[in-house]
Amino acid sequence: MTPLPVSHYTVTTASGRGKAALLGALRDGATGLRRGSFEDGALECWFGEVAQLEQPLPAEHAAWDCRLNRLLFEALRQDGFMEAVGALRRRYGAARIGLFVGTSTSGVRQAERAYQCRDRAAQRLPDWFDYRHSQSIHVPGEFARLLLGLGGPYQTISTACSSSAKVFAAAARAIRAGICDAAVVGGVDSLCLTTLYGFNSLQLVSAEICRPADARRSGISIGEAGGFAILDPQAADAGLVLLGYGESADAHHMSTPDPEGRGAAAAMRQALARAGLEPPAVDYINLHGTGTMANDLSEDRAVSAVFGEAVPCSSTKGWTGHTLGAAGMVEAAIALLCIEHGLVPRSLNTRERDPQLRAAVAMETRAARVARVLSNSFGFGGSNCSLLFGARR
Amino acid sequence: MIAPLYLRAVGLAAPGLPGWSAGRAVLAGAQPWAEQEEAPYAPQLLPPNERRRAPPGVRQAFRAGEDARAGCTLDFSALAAVFASSDSDLTVMDRINTALAEPVRAVSPTDFHNSVHNAAGGYWSIATACRQPSTAVGGHDGSLAMGLLEAAALVHGDGYGVLLVAFDGLPPPLLRPVRPMACAGSIALVLHAEPAGAALARLDLSLTDAPETALEDPALERLRRGNPALRGLPLLRAVARGEAAQLVLPHAPGCNLAVAVEPVG
Repeated sequence: MTPLPVSHYTVTTASGRGKAALLGALRDGATGLRRGSFEDGALECWFGEVAQLEQPLPAEHAAWDCRLNRLLFEALRQDGFMEAVGALRRRYGAARIGLFVGTSTSGVRQAERAYQCRDRAAQRLPDWFDYRHSQSIHVPGEFARLLLGLGGPYQTISTACSSSAKVFAAAARAIRAGICDAAVVGGVDSLCLTTLYGFNSLQLVSAEICRPADARRSGISIGEAGGFAILDPQAADAGLVLLGYGESADAHHMSTPDPEGRGAAAAMRQALARAGLEPPAVDYINLHGTGTMANDLSEDRAVSAVFGEAVPCSSTKGWTGHTLGAAGMVEAAIALLCIEHGLVPRSLNTRERDPQLRAAVAMETRAARVARVLSNSFGFGGSNCSLLFGARR
Repeated sequence: MIAPLYLRAVGLAAPGLPGWSAGRAVLAGAQPWAEQEEAPYAPQLLPPNERRRAPPGVRQAFRAGEDARAGCTLDFSALAAVFASSDSDLTVMDRINTALAEPVRAVSPTDFHNSVHNAAGGYWSIATACRQPSTAVGGHDGSLAMGLLEAAALVHGDGYGVLLVAFDGLPPPLLRPVRPMACAGSIALVLHAEPAGAALARLDLSLTDAPETALEDPALERLRRGNPALRGLPLLRAVARGEAAQLVLPHAPGCNLAVAVEPVG
């Protein structure tokens, strides 16, 4: 494919608001995760919370007020992103810009609250619960479209933990198919009880801080995040490009990855093929690396099958936690930061590398020339997506 | 400009429209529509474990997907898939939220993995042993148009043949006041870049600010308005009648999807 310029991007995670906060944390090895309960009485564990989301949305957006939309609103206001979209709008016209947002659980936190205070005798939810502006899966797409003043087609993609990786693929093909001329992509997911207790029911929430690729890893730490990027085919001065993407289905199991990682390998090969590149052209692989036994092992099978055992790789979920539907976007932003700033981040919290793993897990953060990064995102339902980013030559 | 799509197969499941073969006759005006409760559906293609675990929303998606597959000779394992649904399965959400409101918060692991919006796509890929890209989108009442646009992008941007399934189950009683729907419904469309012999219609998509197309028949209009997937009934009506038609599907505020339907052959 023709490389697609990434002209702007922004990311907000437990490590802070905006790109600089995350870059600083990556360099310093400072995790954004902490131990506690994200609300009174909730399961105590390690989690990645975006600070100061207590403030309601401004009155004009009151109908949309919920944790998810507060996070989305904050994420959009970092790094001059709104202004950059304003310039994009003036160049292409609001109706010719596509919007693609990934989320896994949208505003389900609002529904959880509504169920807690429902009238059990009358079987009635409270009047303040506004399904259409909070829980409905389309919400982050429609609310971002409103905030950004966009009038073109939009998608909310919800394929669990690959959601906001797939937005890059969906935007690239929509531009090629003539559906839109440029695109804003993003991902957002906020903390909620559904994912916390849901993953816990599958015994996938770690009691310790998540330790991807560690021999004694015991599961995920959940995080929340939001991030966005602009894909502008005419951005002649953009230094970063989307070089390729690959998507596949495992066709194996709803919540367990294929142990051989065949679908994951297919997604990585497809991303390389679209970019017209061979595996050695990749300088760093940002792993999905959730920190569960099954994921890290199956992903390692796939990575070593495609890339051999030489390309440095790591999961950055030790910083942000697993941000689920936002993970694809967060890790795309990390890939772009690594290219811009010449960084290979280590596998944070990993003490003893699992000897079963073959791939070259980076145990130390180091400065290096990084021209191309592959980023993996895999989700429930066997949904795989790999993105390949690079510096424009 | 979006290049044309060729419709190669159709599946349908809605009250009084049990499958494309029977539904086509009703939509063409050859048979009257009659209120008819849909019998529970057991997906044929799923292995026994998955068939047991599949929640109602997934079953509703399979009903149309399997109907489309039965009505043609295409190789479904070669198709990329788009699952478009407003809410996927609110009965699962309802059980999880109910459990979370109790002191012990005992979420069922099966409910949790069924709660993802791409559950139908996951089950479908297992059922058809299909490793092609599969996506799941949600656009509230504009979900079908959102799915059609993604299908067009997969066909013309990436070169795939595509199975699009739009579906929504009936929300449970507690959620119906906040997410009104009248019925469960699903439609499936197989779309290609080329007619290759047996296309049912040519579809030309464009974006418009025109309002969505309603149906004249009050019973069918109730269905159309009663489920996000059935917003596609005007499209299926034109295909059933073999008529050229210009219609508009709802998508987003100020941006709907115009579809020009042209009979083929």
